[in-house]
Formats: sequence, structure tokens, C-alpha cells
Amino acid sequence: MRDIRLLTEPFNPGMLIGPFTNAHPELGAVCSFVGEVRGENDVEALELTHYEPLTLPGMHELADRAFARFDLMGLLMAHRIGVLRPREPIVCVSAAAAHRRDAIDTVDFCMDHLKSAAWFWKREKRGSSPDGGWHWIEPRAEDHADLARWK
Amino acid sequence: MSVQILFLGPLQDISGCIEQEAPAPLDWPRLLDAVGPSVAEQLEADERIQVACSGVVLADRTKLRARDGDKVGLLPPVSGG
Repeated sequence: MRDIRLLTEPFNPGMLIGPFTNAHPELGAVCSFVGEVRGENDVEALELTHYEPLTLPGMHELADRAFARFDLMGLLMAHRIGVLRPREPIVCVSAAAAHRRDAIDTVDFCMDHLKSAAWFWKREKRGSSPDGGWHWIEPRAEDHADLARWK
Repeated sequence: MSVQILFLGPLQDISGCIEQEAPAPLDWPRLLDAVGPSVAEQLEADERIQVACSGVVLADRTKLRARDGDKVGLLPPVSGG
């Protein structure tokens, strides 16, 4: 089962992960990751924009590469776009496999690519900044180093 | 006879808009001319900014050849998750 989604509204990761896991009664391992908006640094909101011709097709290509690279039964990849508040989930990746290493590595692989090699742009609104305004977030050096592990 | 140019991420702040139209055909020098000096300067200074034409990311952005009806996306470095 392959379930790749862009979501425009807040979501409950369990509502995606539950049916995904149930769809693979033969699995031996399932690994799930959920990323949420942090409330630190006085962040009031986060906005994720995407580029429609590329973003979802790019996520499907990433899923193709995960299926080619790991021994997988299923992959769930859901990513929010739009304006999010602290504590809201941004991203959910879940992988089903016969064995744990494939499930864990698939989630790690997909997250590293979603962070710094997928067509998303992120900015945050900080309440305490002098202009009280929005700041674009560039990927950190660690994100690029994480991505390079898979080359 | 026009091409739609879309500004993604921080390029929207520099351009002051999300999209604009430019006359077709549109190649790289004409694009730099069409988007105005601030965005053109940014495009030339930052080679990480990629260019997509009708849903395909160009291997060499200076080889842009957009025709009437094409959508050109200007894509700065990404950050998701």
C-alpha cells in the first residue's frame, strides 16, 4: 500500500497510521514518525508553501526510490501545507516491512529528503521579533549532512 | 502570447508579488529583464535557485526556452518537514 498525501487541514496522525498498519496484516515491523511545530522562540505560526506541479509528483518519486532501496510492504507519507500553529503535526511517515531495519531506515530516508530535498518552503511568524513578522527558514547544515548520508 | 512566472518562497518577498506575466517566448536573459533588478540580482547571485518550466526542473536554468502558455517557477532552496 502506498499512501502519499498533501494535507491542507490539521490532521490526526493516528487516523492515518491505524488504517495503514491494519492494511498490512503480514508485516513484521512498522515504524512511524510524526513531526510537529515547535512552540519555542516565540513562534506563533508556521506556513508551508508548495509548488503544485512538482511537490506531490516529487513525493511519489521519493516513494519510488524508497521502494527500490528498501524491502518494503507499504509506505505512508503525509505532509501539511498552509498555516500551522504550535503543536500541530506537519509531517507523518510510516513504513511497513517484514523486518525492523527496512522500516526504520525508510522513515529516516524519507524524512531526510522531505526536510531538504522536497518542494516545500517554510516560514515562521515570531511574536517577539521587532517587526512581529514572518521569517523564511533555510535548511540547516545538519539537514544537508543528514541528506548526504544516503548518497 | 505570454508566460506566467511564479515566485516561490523568499523570492516572493523580493519581487513583491507571487506571480507575473511576461511576453513569450522567454529565455534566461529575457527572464532576468522581466523580473526586475532585485530578483535578477538574486537569481544571478544564488546558483541554488532552480528554474522549472511547465513542471520540469531545468538541468541548466540558463537554457530556459518558455513558450506561450508555459508556467515558469523560480525555486529557491527548499525546507520542509
